[in-house]
Amino acid sequence: MTAQVVAFWTLAAVAVASGVAVFVTGSMARATFALLASLLAAGLTFLLIDLQYLSFLIIVMMVMEMLIMAVYMVMYMMNPAGLMPMTMVHNRRGAVLIASAVFVLLAVGVLLTPWPARRGAPPPDPTRQLGLSVMGPRMLVMIVIGVAILATMVAAIVLATDRGRYDRSGDEHDRWGRAT
Amino acid sequence: MGETVAAVVLLAALAVLAAGAAAFDASLAAGRVAIGDPLREAARLLVTQRRRTLLPDAPLRRIGVSGLPLVAVLAAAVLPMGEHAVADLPVGVVWFNGMEVGVWGALWLIGWSVNSVYPLVGGYRFLAQGLAYELPHMFALISAALGAGSLRVADVVAAQRGLWFAVWMPVAFAVYLISALAMAFWGPMNQAVGPDVAGGVPAELSGPDRLVFQAGRYTLLTVASAAAVPLFLGGGAGPALPPWSWTLVKTVAVLALLVWAGHRLPTIRMDRFMAATWLVLIPAVLLQILVVGIVVL
Repeated sequence: MTAQVVAFWTLAAVAVASGVAVFVTGSMARATFALLASLLAAGLTFLLIDLQYLSFLIIVMMVMEMLIMAVYMVMYMMNPAGLMPMTMVHNRRGAVLIASAVFVLLAVGVLLTPWPARRGAPPPDPTRQLGLSVMGPRMLVMIVIGVAILATMVAAIVLATDRGRYDRSGDEHDRWGRAT
Repeated sequence: MGETVAAVVLLAALAVLAAGAAAFDASLAAGRVAIGDPLREAARLLVTQRRRTLLPDAPLRRIGVSGLPLVAVLAAAVLPMGEHAVADLPVGVVWFNGMEVGVWGALWLIGWSVNSVYPLVGGYRFLAQGLAYELPHMFALISAALGAGSLRVADVVAAQRGLWFAVWMPVAFAVYLISALAMAFWGPMNQAVGPDVAGGVPAELSGPDRLVFQAGRYTLLTVASAAAVPLFLGGGAGPALPPWSWTLVKTVAVLALLVWAGHRLPTIRMDRFMAATWLVLIPAVLLQILVVGIVVL
């Protein structure tokens, strides 16, 4: 139990500290990876409640997502290459006010919510139990929706790249080399 | 105690196999037996002074360079060497996947941190490649897990007692091999480190940094090959010999195939590879999953 508590507070401290680092660092790349570290620490806390599957899934998704985010974060920066020091904070006074208000709201919510007491014991296979609770009787619907979303993604990529400028064999030629 | 021994054995096996892959690679490149070349190169890099670029981001570079071999070794922890893995996690397949996407981070960090054009281009190329190979790769892993009805690597091995998954899931196996090449930015998927961008990601790395990067890359290729064995090639199953030696033989065979393929196949441009993976590999491997699902039912 104590090891679990120590691990929880360590991960919580890492998550918050790297969250703070996002806003004090002067480089978009460092901000991105500080945010990634924060999210990974949050993902690892799932190990403490035996949800290994969710934990590793969060790691997979967050690493991939933050790396793609890095591309966009750098792309939309005011100094494009991001090689000059920059600040991640704008509108300081407003930001402090909004952030404090949101923090107080969430903290009050946490303290005032009547959390339910634990009923029963953890199942022997939490991954399976999780799958059943999430999908359960809607398994078929979820699978169909999943395939539909994937098909939409593939179709969107196809439509987006159809006339890409690198898809042609040269000026006035299409991608198959025919004159246009 | 047993786990510590297993971890040491795993590290030693990875080091030997990665060095062997480097030696085979050097021999193929030189067109003669050049087993000593990688060792000489390693010794040279160890004593070479670091070259510094203007205004590098040193902490990020260190994280990237050390992260590459680290994620490879961590991914290997769930692979059984013979009968037992260092860490036999109930969701080992997901762990393998989770560690191996760390390569994205490592390559982009190196490419970014040295503050130089070609490495940066290489880093971005690898992210594009990641988007291309990751989905077919995940679906190939899912086919194996679905065939076994479990995400535990040992269960996947046990499910292949009758017939190897490579035999009745040939599409998933082929997709896995392609994604293994892409994961280790090897052979036809080497645009991130391609000669057209002066070596790409590691272009500005020198001395020990470059050594760690190269070692990490060969280790990654080794781990990608080693994972094909429990997932598709029946793990340690085989006549006469003990499981560990069959695991080793199969790993060496896959590794040799991948290294050899790297010298035989031309580089594929990222955008073409993207089209091929999303339009051909993803539908193909989805159909494979459908077939596996029907067989399992």
